[in-house]
Amino acid sequence: MQRSKALVKETKTEASIKNKVRFKRTPYPFYFVVGALTLYLIFAVIPSLIGLLYSFTDWNSYTTEINFVGFANFATIFSSDENYLSYIKNTLVFTVVTIILKTVLGLLFALLLTDGVKKLSHFHRLIIYLPVVLPTLVVGLVFKSILNPQTGVLNEFLRGVGLSGLAQKWLVDANIALFSIIGVDTWKGVGYIMVILLAGLQAIPRDYYEAAEIDGASFWQRLWHVTLPLLMPVLTVTTVLNLLYGLKVFDIVYALTNGGPGYATDVVYTSVFKEYGQGRYGVASALSTVLFIIMIVFGYFVIRLMTRKTEVE
Amino acid sequence: MKPKYLKALGFNTIAVFLSLLAFIPIYIVVVNALKDKTSASAMGIDFPTTFHFDNFLTVFEKGKLGQSFFNSMLYSVTSTVIGTILAAMAAFGLARSRTRFNRIIYFFLIMGIALPTNYVTLTQVMQVTHLINSQLGIIILYAAGQIPFGVFLMYGFVQTVPRELDEAAIIDGCNPLQLFFVVILPLLIPALVTLSVLSFLGAWSDFIAPLYFLDNSTYWPMTLAIYNFFGQFQSDWSLVSADILLTIMPVLLVYLAAQRFILSGLTTGAVKG
Repeated sequence: MQRSKALVKETKTEASIKNKVRFKRTPYPFYFVVGALTLYLIFAVIPSLIGLLYSFTDWNSYTTEINFVGFANFATIFSSDENYLSYIKNTLVFTVVTIILKTVLGLLFALLLTDGVKKLSHFHRLIIYLPVVLPTLVVGLVFKSILNPQTGVLNEFLRGVGLSGLAQKWLVDANIALFSIIGVDTWKGVGYIMVILLAGLQAIPRDYYEAAEIDGASFWQRLWHVTLPLLMPVLTVTTVLNLLYGLKVFDIVYALTNGGPGYATDVVYTSVFKEYGQGRYGVASALSTVLFIIMIVFGYFVIRLMTRKTEVE
Repeated sequence: MKPKYLKALGFNTIAVFLSLLAFIPIYIVVVNALKDKTSASAMGIDFPTTFHFDNFLTVFEKGKLGQSFFNSMLYSVTSTVIGTILAAMAAFGLARSRTRFNRIIYFFLIMGIALPTNYVTLTQVMQVTHLINSQLGIIILYAAGQIPFGVFLMYGFVQTVPRELDEAAIIDGCNPLQLFFVVILPLLIPALVTLSVLSFLGAWSDFIAPLYFLDNSTYWPMTLAIYNFFGQFQSDWSLVSADILLTIMPVLLVYLAAQRFILSGLTTGAVKG
């Protein structure tokens, strides 16, 4: 017993000496990581951790004193007297609808550019991706003019082709403003999803389609039984990307309506920004925390749901 | 034979229509930037009757765009250089010596891709570090923001560089820094270009960080200046359009020049990972 312990000890020290020698000689010293790690810790991890702490305090700009208030901020957020629940609801509506629109349209566009269009495929990909790189603020300003109820290009066009019944007060009507934002955001972001799905489609071996064709499978059968199951890992990635983006959305809403009319299009992050402007830091932090929890829960379920589907196939 | 031909025609028409739809807003900006105030008031799609190139001069004078353009360049370029090099160094160190500890650090770093920014507490951090209201602060903040995705992208790429090169360089007497900067870095250029372009575009387009952290308007980048300019000259869409065009011009040029790298960078992680 005693001896074996000593032996273990001995081998341990030997190993650690060896490690030390190797560490000294390593051409990959840890200081290579220190720069990146330091910036990441200071500007991403620490703010998140402090935010988590502040969620439980009444920190604001009026007093210097910061008190621990337990779950009071969360109670405020989830109380029906306040508007916060509607901001969370708007965020979820934005997220779910943009995920569906961008995935369905992105997939259709990608299929179109893979099978439908041969020669100009690269050109179309270049143009359809273009809105993705445009600054969101610029997109917001331009679409503000396009969606103007009186003079905007969209309503002019609808009136011109005799569809004046479809001409709406896009960003002014509280009932449809959120969906107008969703439309603009889909216009801007669908190219991103399309490009990723295009690469996913190109990675699927042609043999599968040839086999399916010999078996007499129609286009939709091929899509359902060959393309979608094989594309599922990539679709998982795009869905998670869309999810993270949708829940964190700020700039497109800020640029188009800044949450208006009234609070009709306020999402969590525009509301955090407003709370911050009013000096209610505790509530603003709690809102960020709620969003973070939603993000983890949703992300977990999306990944589980989509990976399970591929296993069944 | 005929239905197939018709089908192809149909598909091509749809594709052209989609491309038009994607391009129309840029077209609108271009034509209206060249109109005078009254004909641009509706931001219509009609072609300008006379070309008003003087709009760009007016914008530069009234909007003080020279300063903003310089700021945007300063922030985007410096942060990209710092962020890309730090990410590449970290990725190299982590990918080459894969101890359990290093693997944990790697996952800890790329977790940042999903981590939402808490601007409220970030403000505090910026105050404590005396980086609020400073140009250096914005640069460091952007560089920090590029780290998680940068490490992720470079990590995969470092693995394609053969280890034998490291050993040869070490035998030749390279120290770790020489090994990285002289031997490895040149081999990482394709990935470095991809990462730089994505980082540059991200930094150029951002306006949230300046919105929170820069009070002094002489420090504002193009995006924030444009927003302010829009507030002042809301009725004059010809000037706003000219302003917008100047802001997106570098973006368009970089995109057209480096689209191959952008698209490859996007798909690297998504399809292979």
